[in-house]
Amino acid sequence: MKLYLGIDLGSTTTKAVVMDANQVILGKGITNSRSNYDTACAIAQNEAFIDTRFSLFRRQMSTGAVELGTGAVELGNLEAFLTGLEANFRLEQFLRQLRHLTEISMAEISKGRVDQALRTPLRDKLEQLFEEIAVEALEWFRPGAAKRSDFFRDLAGNAYMRGAEALAEPDGVTYDMLVNVYDKCIIRVENTLLDLSLEGNMGKALDRSFGDGGRDGLSEEAEAEIRSAADQVLDISLEVLNAVGTGYGRARLPFPKERIRSEILCHGLGAHTMFPGTATVLDIGGQDTKAIQVDPEGIVTSFQMNDRCAAGCGRYLGYIADELNMGVQELGPLAMQANKSVRINSTCTVFAGAELRERLNNGERREDILQGLHRAIILRAMSLLARSGGIEDEFTFTGGVANNEAAVHALSTLVEENYGKRKLNISANSIYTGAVGAALFALRNVAG
Amino acid sequence: MSAQVTRIKPEADQPLPGNEVQKERSMVLQKEMIASHYKALAASAETGCKVVYTFVPGNLNELIGSFDNLLPVHPEINALQNAMRKRTGKMVLEAEKLGHSEDVCAYVKADIGMARSGNIGPSGTRIPDPHLLLLSYTGCFTFLKWFELLREEYNAPVAMLHTPYQGDGIVTDSMRAYMVRQIKEEVIPKLEKVSGRKFDIDKLREMLARSRQAEDDLVAVLESAKNVPSPIDAYFGAVYYIGPIFSAFRGTEAAVEYYRELRKEVEARLAAGQGPVTPEGEMGPERYRLVVEGPPNWTSFRDFWKMFYDEGAVVVASSYAKVGGLYDQGFRHDPEHPLESLADYCFGCYTNLNLPSRVALLSKYVREYQADGFLINSIKSCNSFSAGQLLILREVEQRTGIAGGFVESDLVDPRYFSGANIKTRMESYFQMIEQKRKGAA
Repeated sequence: MKLYLGIDLGSTTTKAVVMDANQVILGKGITNSRSNYDTACAIAQNEAFIDTRFSLFRRQMSTGAVELGTGAVELGNLEAFLTGLEANFRLEQFLRQLRHLTEISMAEISKGRVDQALRTPLRDKLEQLFEEIAVEALEWFRPGAAKRSDFFRDLAGNAYMRGAEALAEPDGVTYDMLVNVYDKCIIRVENTLLDLSLEGNMGKALDRSFGDGGRDGLSEEAEAEIRSAADQVLDISLEVLNAVGTGYGRARLPFPKERIRSEILCHGLGAHTMFPGTATVLDIGGQDTKAIQVDPEGIVTSFQMNDRCAAGCGRYLGYIADELNMGVQELGPLAMQANKSVRINSTCTVFAGAELRERLNNGERREDILQGLHRAIILRAMSLLARSGGIEDEFTFTGGVANNEAAVHALSTLVEENYGKRKLNISANSIYTGAVGAALFALRNVAG
Repeated sequence: MSAQVTRIKPEADQPLPGNEVQKERSMVLQKEMIASHYKALAASAETGCKVVYTFVPGNLNELIGSFDNLLPVHPEINALQNAMRKRTGKMVLEAEKLGHSEDVCAYVKADIGMARSGNIGPSGTRIPDPHLLLLSYTGCFTFLKWFELLREEYNAPVAMLHTPYQGDGIVTDSMRAYMVRQIKEEVIPKLEKVSGRKFDIDKLREMLARSRQAEDDLVAVLESAKNVPSPIDAYFGAVYYIGPIFSAFRGTEAAVEYYRELRKEVEARLAAGQGPVTPEGEMGPERYRLVVEGPPNWTSFRDFWKMFYDEGAVVVASSYAKVGGLYDQGFRHDPEHPLESLADYCFGCYTNLNLPSRVALLSKYVREYQADGFLINSIKSCNSFSAGQLLILREVEQRTGIAGGFVESDLVDPRYFSGANIKTRMESYFQMIEQKRKGAA
């Protein structure tokens, strides 16, 4: 099968998108950039190819390309089954990484730096901790479970810290000792290319789905058909005809120059592909905010971006989340519970941190302060939008921050106040916009 | 026939040490001129020459030179030369330590910082204290404040020539008369006092005649960029070309010779169908022709230039190359009307033009030089250039239909040059032009 690959190496996350010759997006992959673009790029690509095979699997089964013989697989059941199968696959991937984290954590204890007398109790606590995480993980990957971060670091880290707090003893294995082990090992796990492939984990995921009565009304024949379809999909050869890279770390890609495209052009084209009526694009990424005007063909006609200071970008939210000891994904929902918007004057990360503490000291609620912070970010973006030529209809918001409901709320309000009604487009896949644009450039380059 | 290119090793304190840099013969000449000037300054106490600090835009170099025993110092040139040698970071911090804000013009802070660190100039010799501060251009408000600071620093007298802004886009007879009166009543008496000699109008006429000759050659050089491909880069390359004429050498024999030589070299390149010379040698094929507004960044000058020539982008016209005078628009120093032409020179420097005139000039450049892009390098701490640039961008885009681009940096404060950010913008900009071309095709 002939495919086109777009890779967006962002400062915070790395994204890959696989597209077929008909511009249909078959697979998406994302990982945190972890200061190691090479690894991040490899992982995002692998993930996008895994997602592609899932799409092909789904497509093959639902179009009846696989002969289901008895007709025992109802389409409704099939969808539920496939969703469950994908969740089980993700669970297997998570457990694979957790096993690796366990192994290197144990090895870390054996190193001379840990007090001899505390090694055994520390090992026991870690074993318990990792076992508890593995059990808890079954719940996270259950179909219908609340949306969590896509990254192993976030999932494992949150559970680990909670567990460490519960298991720590002031006079024995302390919280700091436990955290220290995690801090030393997590980066190594992230930078090891483990076998998280479909080939290596699909069998186990299928066993998990079919085991323990999980067949969910499917007959034995249906199971055989599905296993056979899975084998067939794994056998399909995926051939990348062209790949284009973009994003902050694009220079790290081993691509010739003509296959590296600017993220501004990729976001413009990606937004146009997702929403063909797009005239203005706002992209708030980890390190940059970009305001882009595109013509009806998705060609960029003008753009503005922040200068060297990353104030008001995604990183700023990450910093605020750290200050509040929260996950970055929790900021938006909390801000939406505000009763009022506390005025925050600065989007400078350092000043805003000080302002945040001052407002907290003055007795303001976190929710209200957070709403003010989101407004401050969007105000800065509004200035870039004005510089780029204003906001035309339709207006597409892309990048990771577009998934933050408080940022979207502030944006819609300010756009309406300043420009009147505009159709605001936000895709659930907004974070992939740059990679979609890159994949499309890859396709167009080949098509000439 | 190709122009003669001499390969020389850069000095140890020049940017990108270790890289061999290609220089044309005119550049070698210029280097010698600058070195001799700094030497003359260092020896001024022994030779009895007096030192006049003055700024580049609207400078009265011929008037200063006509006294024979006065040497000009241009603080902005010291700052930019220091920046190219990566020395201004410390100087700026030194000035900030004294209380100057981050937003203050970085040229000023580099100068104050240099003064407070022994006043060692770019060439490594000490710049002597001023005997007079000649403020001959007031279009930049910072200049006024700068000389107030230097007056405090050195306890030196100031001669102030108030240059009316071209608010209506024209120079009237009364504006010119006002300037001439100030030159006669304020500037010349103060120069005479410092020099100890009488002003000699015939010497001034001789210098102005030489200026005129050099100016003709400079215009021929700058206008060579109307050819496709252009034999010069009218921004990064032009920084070197305008050096002598906007500073201590206008009106001298050395400048006449330099520009004669430069013109010869450029004409030879043109005849040979060659493009500009870059620090890495001959530039590859010309892919983009740009008009650029705003001064360059000096601390990462080479890195910034590389972002252009690596992409095959040539700057065919720039407002910065007119910062000390719009010779290409017809102005020449005139020995027949010496003081009037000095007045006109001051009026005509680029930042003394109002916004409509700047827009009209830049749009004209886009058309006359067949540019396919218009780029602004907006300088964080330069109000004279940066105020109104977004308006200029939109207007030039509308009038010419070409793609506008916008990057931000600073003059000599290394903290305000973000290579990754500017590279992203430049790459996007070039790809945008490319995409527009494909779309139009």
